[in-house]
Amino acid sequence: MEARFITPFIQSVQNVFSTMLQLPMQIGEPRVKAGKNTGYDVSGIIGMSGDVVGSVVLSFPDDAARRVVALFAGEELGTDSPDFADAIGELVNMVAGGAKANFDGAKVSISCPSVVVGSGHLIANTSDVPVIEIPCMTDCGEVAIQIAIKTNANAPTQAASASA
Amino acid sequence: MRIMLVDDSKTMRNIQKSVLSQLGYTELEEACDGQDALSKVGAFKPDLLLVDWNMPNMDGLSFVKAYRAQDKTTPIIMVTTEAEKSRVIEAIKAGVNNYVVKPFTPDLLSQRISETLSKAGIAA
Repeated sequence: MEARFITPFIQSVQNVFSTMLQLPMQIGEPRVKAGKNTGYDVSGIIGMSGDVVGSVVLSFPDDAARRVVALFAGEELGTDSPDFADAIGELVNMVAGGAKANFDGAKVSISCPSVVVGSGHLIANTSDVPVIEIPCMTDCGEVAIQIAIKTNANAPTQAASASA
Repeated sequence: MRIMLVDDSKTMRNIQKSVLSQLGYTELEEACDGQDALSKVGAFKPDLLLVDWNMPNMDGLSFVKAYRAQDKTTPIIMVTTEAEKSRVIEAIKAGVNNYVVKPFTPDLLSQRISETLSKAGIAA
């Protein structure tokens, strides 16, 4: 994966957490996630299409997810509540949307988010894209951003720039 | 002042409701996507709409185009994660009056609402 995609996600997740949750975030060293891609207990997943394709995951341990959702939604919610999934989905939506705005003019659409709840769940990505994980630490606990995206060589604007 | 909130995220609608109630607006209607909004605007007759972009069934841009075919004047603020300049231009061409990028602070949303109503000549 191209390094130019990493910084927009770091900036975006810090912006989302500080603006919507008033929650400062310390960013750890990005790393390639080797082996099977397991998430924590709660993951918000969003797809990207267009000039950049792939998926982005915001994954939380159970306790961190509950605390973050309580801050965002203004009330404590159980993980089985539809409103809990809604809140996690909106967070990953804002993180992905903010990041793609800084992809150097690439035209990218994002999907409606999905949310998975369950300890140690496996997240299947396309095999040709390495998963980069960015560990983040907040006062509510750990959060991990997992990015598995690549430039889409077949996208119309990419094809146009390649032939120009 | 009747305000319609169109967003598939209930959490986001609740945040917007909280900001609006602090501003004194309590006559609110909610819709979870563009289709839902189109089915409710006739009865609710909003004075202002806050519309998300990415939603299932009918996205915000499609809704704005459909709504503008029947109502050319009621102000619309797009509240979305779509932050690219090209998206903002696309939304304005479709008939959006103002634009708020998520994440936003309550102050920013308040400011955009006030300036939108002021430009539209609607007393807040």
